[in-house]
Amino acid sequence: MGRLIRLLLLMGSLLAAGTGVPQQAAAAPEDLAAGLALIAKDSFNDTITGIDAIARSGAPHSAALVGALQDRRLLIDTANQKVFYRDATGTVRDAQSNDVVATPPANLTAVRLNNRVRSAASAALGALSLMNPDPARRIQSAQAVMKSRDPAALPVLEAAIAAEKLPNVRKELQLAWAAVTFSKSDAPLDKRQEAVTLLRDAGTRDAVSVLRSLPADAAAPLREATTSAITSIEQRLALWGYAQNIWYGISLGPVLLIAAIGLPIPFGVIGVINMAHGEMVMLGAYTTFVVQEFFRTSAPGLFDYSLAVAIPLAFLVAGGIGVGIERGVIRHLYGRPLETLLATWGISLILQQAVRTTFGPTNREVGTPQFMSGAMEIGGLVITWNRLYIVIFAGLIFVGLLLALRYTPLGLHMRAVTQNRRMASSMGIRTGRVDALTFGLGSGIAGLAGVALSQIDNVSPNLGQSYIIDSFLVVVFGGVGNLWGTLVGALSIGMANKLLEPYAGAVLGKIILLVAIIFFIQKRPRGLFALKGRAVEA
Amino acid sequence: MITRALLTDDRTGKWFLAIVLGLAVVVPLLHLVVPPSSPFHISTATLALLGKYLCFALLALSLDLVWGYCGILSLGHGAFFALGGYAMGMYLMRQIGTRGVYAHPVLPDFMVFLNWKELPWYWYGFENAWFAFLMVMAVPGLLAFVFGWFAFRSRVTGVYLSIITQALTYALMLAFFRNDMGFGGNNGLTDFKDILGFPVQANATRAALFAASAVALALGYLVARAIVASRLGKVLVSIRDAESRTRFLGYRVEHYKTFVFTVSAIMAGIAGALYVPQVGIINPSEFTPANSIEVVIWVAVGGRGTLAGAALGAVLVNFAKTTFTTGFLAPYWLFMLGALFVLVTIWLPKGILGTLYDFWARRRPAEKSAAKSETVPQPAE
Repeated sequence: MGRLIRLLLLMGSLLAAGTGVPQQAAAAPEDLAAGLALIAKDSFNDTITGIDAIARSGAPHSAALVGALQDRRLLIDTANQKVFYRDATGTVRDAQSNDVVATPPANLTAVRLNNRVRSAASAALGALSLMNPDPARRIQSAQAVMKSRDPAALPVLEAAIAAEKLPNVRKELQLAWAAVTFSKSDAPLDKRQEAVTLLRDAGTRDAVSVLRSLPADAAAPLREATTSAITSIEQRLALWGYAQNIWYGISLGPVLLIAAIGLPIPFGVIGVINMAHGEMVMLGAYTTFVVQEFFRTSAPGLFDYSLAVAIPLAFLVAGGIGVGIERGVIRHLYGRPLETLLATWGISLILQQAVRTTFGPTNREVGTPQFMSGAMEIGGLVITWNRLYIVIFAGLIFVGLLLALRYTPLGLHMRAVTQNRRMASSMGIRTGRVDALTFGLGSGIAGLAGVALSQIDNVSPNLGQSYIIDSFLVVVFGGVGNLWGTLVGALSIGMANKLLEPYAGAVLGKIILLVAIIFFIQKRPRGLFALKGRAVEA
Repeated sequence: MITRALLTDDRTGKWFLAIVLGLAVVVPLLHLVVPPSSPFHISTATLALLGKYLCFALLALSLDLVWGYCGILSLGHGAFFALGGYAMGMYLMRQIGTRGVYAHPVLPDFMVFLNWKELPWYWYGFENAWFAFLMVMAVPGLLAFVFGWFAFRSRVTGVYLSIITQALTYALMLAFFRNDMGFGGNNGLTDFKDILGFPVQANATRAALFAASAVALALGYLVARAIVASRLGKVLVSIRDAESRTRFLGYRVEHYKTFVFTVSAIMAGIAGALYVPQVGIINPSEFTPANSIEVVIWVAVGGRGTLAGAALGAVLVNFAKTTFTTGFLAPYWLFMLGALFVLVTIWLPKGILGTLYDFWARRRPAEKSAAKSETVPQPAE
């Protein structure tokens, strides 16, 4: 990487030299000569001073010189006190004129290095790469200068700002200039004030740390301006902090929604809380893992599409097992909801242990497709793509379910059985089949949740357990009357969780929430959206 | 005399008490008097294990009282058990005195380690045995009373109540895992030295603790039996079978439920208090929801609504657990436990003892008619 940068630098300087356009007006050739003379002495202290002089000189090939120094390609002809360097292609050039030397002197020795020289060289290079033709590189080095606040970089910075055309790079350069000027105690007061204004407008955490570094003996007006700038930045940062927390809350809500939405439908239809729901989520996550393993070994190029295969497959696997559970176990326990609770708990133990023996007890690596990794920034807000995709995914599942319940024959039958099982049965609805499909649907959706959660959580046999109590609370809070209850429940619990966290800590926040829900249940024993009708009390 | 009145038509109860009290005498003797070379000798490890089973049996009994007779499926009874255990643990911690690693006269080791300067107020009084033993009953009882008061008054029933009790124990688990709660964080309380002035590890103390557990189980059985055999017990059963109808008949259902829930929690707390000195540690993992659900399966295996069956189930399941979690079968224990949940609920809904009762009732036609009239009425709602 470092090599590449230097190569780029070199190419840049060569290009500039080749076109013969002087890169900057402030170039001072006498600095270059002085610097080279110092380096020719080959003592560490003189070399360091020499590096600074070269960097200051603004010569087009100064970056190449410093780079050569770092690579032991800066060569001294000790006899004549002249300096040469070997460029990346191996050609020897004169350090002063940058001309190719056809017959280099025989006894060239490399300039000696120690750690101090190395760090001086890399600082100088940082300043010099402010001139790099690649804008991204310029931004990077501006940020590096801002961190180091090396006063030596100031002249180069000023030159770079004057030459800069891209506004965003210019902004970074100015910020770096402000940081350096602000920290430089002998800079003129008005310049430093200007620097404070620039830093305040930037409003980043780095700017605050620069401003905080002001020594206590600084001039009073400067100190006041600094203090007010710090407060203003911190207020702004606090606001963004709230926004970030709200986003966390907003994005946790859909995670809970996705984990919980498969629970209330079977509960409404069959009156069964599926304790194995969490294990269905886990199975979905492991399905994703298996699919990705398959892609990794047989079609690594198509890895980004693995989720497209995993989603339907997870639905089918979890849904199929759900139907199996309903037909094999739950069917025999109708009218005994508490026993069903125990039986499904037993199933959850079996599934957990089955996965543990098959895949091992440790976390399994599930990859994130390219388009889902990374984050975007809005102001001070960082939004990771995978969270955003999960929000969208949760929304799609929710709408899909809503439509399915409303417009499909199965949805109609489910609603009928929920309202009055015997009546529905008398009307010719095969309630047994509806039960099985409902349970399968709930489990399948849990499988989908597993695919989503595999992207943000560890895939281990305990994955389901960590979400199950939250999911239950969502259902208890929202009620089983309709899907909107789950939506409201998930969003409010997610939001409350994340808003409590900064004040009470994660664990205490959760405890407070649990207690709050226990109290809430006193007021609304059947949740926010309760099932209505005579059949409910049975 | 009261005992005799209670047991007049409770043949199982007589057997149960005879066995438990017999154990209370025989097992300590076999441990203390019989020399280790004899095949009848009971080793320290076995004694501790049996004592543990008896505590679990008392816990199962307490759950059977609420679930079997009042239809309240509590998935948080482990919380009451653990709270009783913690109260006992706090007493035992205070008995360590200067023998801890840091030799602090007042503060337990973990507090010194966490830089606590003085004892938190809720640790006051635990150096007195009588106070600690009171708290063993008062803390779970009070929590159950408050929780039950709120939950039953607003008619939270069935699955909802189960989930809320689960949330309760989950919240307590999270709380007790916190270091700044002052209960030792995830290490819990351990390294006990003395109980009532006797060293915890000594054989005689262990034997006494075993006997105490057996006596507590017997007393617990008598209390539970007294409740279910009384008029109040009949109301509880009617609440289980037809809650709304009982309410319409004028009974204050929530009062009955709160009462029995509180009594049951106190019993669970005592079980926990006896458990802690015998295993030598109490930590927040006792609060995990999975533990509480496991208690339910003990009751289900033995037979809900039979009291003695619950105790039997606790011993059987835990014996199986000890047997199968050691050795080559260990990875399959959870399969077995899971299968137990499924199979018992489907094929053995009355549990071992309930099924046996049915069998005997069928064998004796003379009692058949009497038994029939007592069979559970189908709720008409």
